[in-house]
Amino acid sequence: MAEIVLETQGLTKKYGEFTAVQDLNLAVTQGEVFGLLGPNGAGKTTTILMLLGLTEPTAGQVRVLGLDPARQPLSVKARVGYLPEQVGFYDGLTAFENLIYIAKLNGLPRQEAYRRIDALLTQMGLDQVANRRVGAFSRGMRQRLGVAEVLLKQPQLVIMDEPTQGLDPEAAHEFLEIIRRLKQDGITVLLSSHQLHQVQAVCDRVGLFHRGQMVLCGTVPELAQRVLGGAYRIHLQAEGPADLEDAFRRIDGVLQVHRSAPSTYELEAEADVRAEAARSVVQLGGRLLALDIQMPDLDEVYARYFAQEVEHVPAR
Amino acid sequence: MSQLAKVARPRRTREGSPWTGLWAVVTKEMADSLTSVRMSILQLLIVLTAAGTVYAASQDLKDLVGKDPFIFLKLFTTGRDPLPSFVGFLGFLVPLIAIALAFDTVNGEFNQRTMSRVLAQPIFRDALLLGKFLAGLFTLTLVLAVIWLLIYGMGILVLGVPPGGEEVARSLWFLVVAIFYGGVWLAVALLFSIVLRQTAAAALASIAVWLFFTIFWGIIAQLLAQALVPMRLGTVQEVLDQAKLEMSLTRLSPNTLYAEAMLAMLNPAVRSLGLVLPFQLQGAILGTPLPVSQSLMLIWPHLTGLIAVTILLFVLGYVLFQRQEIRT
Repeated sequence: MAEIVLETQGLTKKYGEFTAVQDLNLAVTQGEVFGLLGPNGAGKTTTILMLLGLTEPTAGQVRVLGLDPARQPLSVKARVGYLPEQVGFYDGLTAFENLIYIAKLNGLPRQEAYRRIDALLTQMGLDQVANRRVGAFSRGMRQRLGVAEVLLKQPQLVIMDEPTQGLDPEAAHEFLEIIRRLKQDGITVLLSSHQLHQVQAVCDRVGLFHRGQMVLCGTVPELAQRVLGGAYRIHLQAEGPADLEDAFRRIDGVLQVHRSAPSTYELEAEADVRAEAARSVVQLGGRLLALDIQMPDLDEVYARYFAQEVEHVPAR
Repeated sequence: MSQLAKVARPRRTREGSPWTGLWAVVTKEMADSLTSVRMSILQLLIVLTAAGTVYAASQDLKDLVGKDPFIFLKLFTTGRDPLPSFVGFLGFLVPLIAIALAFDTVNGEFNQRTMSRVLAQPIFRDALLLGKFLAGLFTLTLVLAVIWLLIYGMGILVLGVPPGGEEVARSLWFLVVAIFYGGVWLAVALLFSIVLRQTAAAALASIAVWLFFTIFWGIIAQLLAQALVPMRLGTVQEVLDQAKLEMSLTRLSPNTLYAEAMLAMLNPAVRSLGLVLPFQLQGAILGTPLPVSQSLMLIWPHLTGLIAVTILLFVLGYVLFQRQEIRT
């Protein structure tokens, strides 16, 4: 089994009466990309700050790379890279100078620092602007400089808070590529986001946060299974007898059938039942016009989950 | 196996030295201050002031060469209407420089959103705050030392005599007093930069405190003394009590401490900074200079007072900074 690099047990943070994070149990294994999802104010950033030892937990335990961030913050921070939300740099300094400062704070020897910075700036496509002031950088460039800074200390774990927020689609796409590359290099990545498509695209597992609690955790298909009931949604268009709907219901594995238009059906199923559905239409003498499967989508999980929540718990 | 199970007992103490990374912060902050436009303007201002006042003073002092053993000290203290003396100018230039150096140290990091990034590096907050304060103090020292050397250079050129050892010793102590006077205002501005998130608000608050002590505190001290020790019978005792109280009150202001310490250090003839009654002067030969060590004894409370206030303000800021939430 892969080694656990990050673990929390009963992690809780209270600000006076307000509970920002409640009883969080989380385990992330080596080389995994884990996404923290949830609306603003759900406790994602607070969790991240506790993992880094920048905020003391009210209760519970944290282990990051086997260390306690509250008691051994220097060891943790020397091994963990953190890219904050809307990362800021000293605008009056150049990209190179900004990185030199971080290298010094990490106690890197000068030659080694220069070598790493040159390599990283090239890797992030910033070598042409290395000696330009960061004040003139675009959001995407800043974000890439942020990654270069994070990688400067050669971390084992990288934590990113809303890394793609405010990036244009192209820059966001590039950024997801960077995260994939980190994973290839064996670096564990924890990222928070509410940009669901991007999370789905890069994360191995996600945890859904709601009002300070991690209410769901698992791979995207697992979550879909739990929240949407069936993980497979089949979109079918057919003309035929009226009992077509009942025929679909009888198919093994079909959980729900919904007739959204006279000749349009939505099937929710535990498995891919496209072949069986097609056979039913043909057997009943109907005309199959279209058949399509929709892969489980985080957007839908998210929307459905919070819709249910609103039904059960009226908003405060 | 879970890592939580492996840990036998939680650690009680923080690992590592709180000063890790201190020098990285100090050098970075100093480089920033020394290259900033803000500091260039202030440096220009102080050099012009020094050149103007010292040149004016030296014109008056030329005739005294050979007659006054402390002629170099007079370069600092002689004013020529309408120009006040150089130490008089320093009385408000030093706070101005100190405030300019420190008013955006902490809130500036928050506003640039660099705070969380810097604190995510393997350093403690202690190193960041102390590093910023020391950088300010060193920058101030550097500026004042340069001015000090310039004044001596100019003095030698214009007056044509080398300074004596006693003079150099006294003016070096003057430098120390000026630096710690600056330290107080550095700590004031640093404190406001921690408490207030807006850099402009922190600058204005620091300047307000400075104005209060420069202009209003003397008036308030006088009024307070009159209210607390009213003149009922008009006896000598009452006059003395009132004057003593007023003096103690004005000494709560760093400006007074600086001014008195300057006076005693740069003017060897000053024998006391308090009230002196005629009978206390019996047997004293007026106008004879004190040795440096005696003048130093005279200003020792002032110097410790300035340092104590600096430390107090810094500790207050330190505690507030340690408790601050870092979310940006």
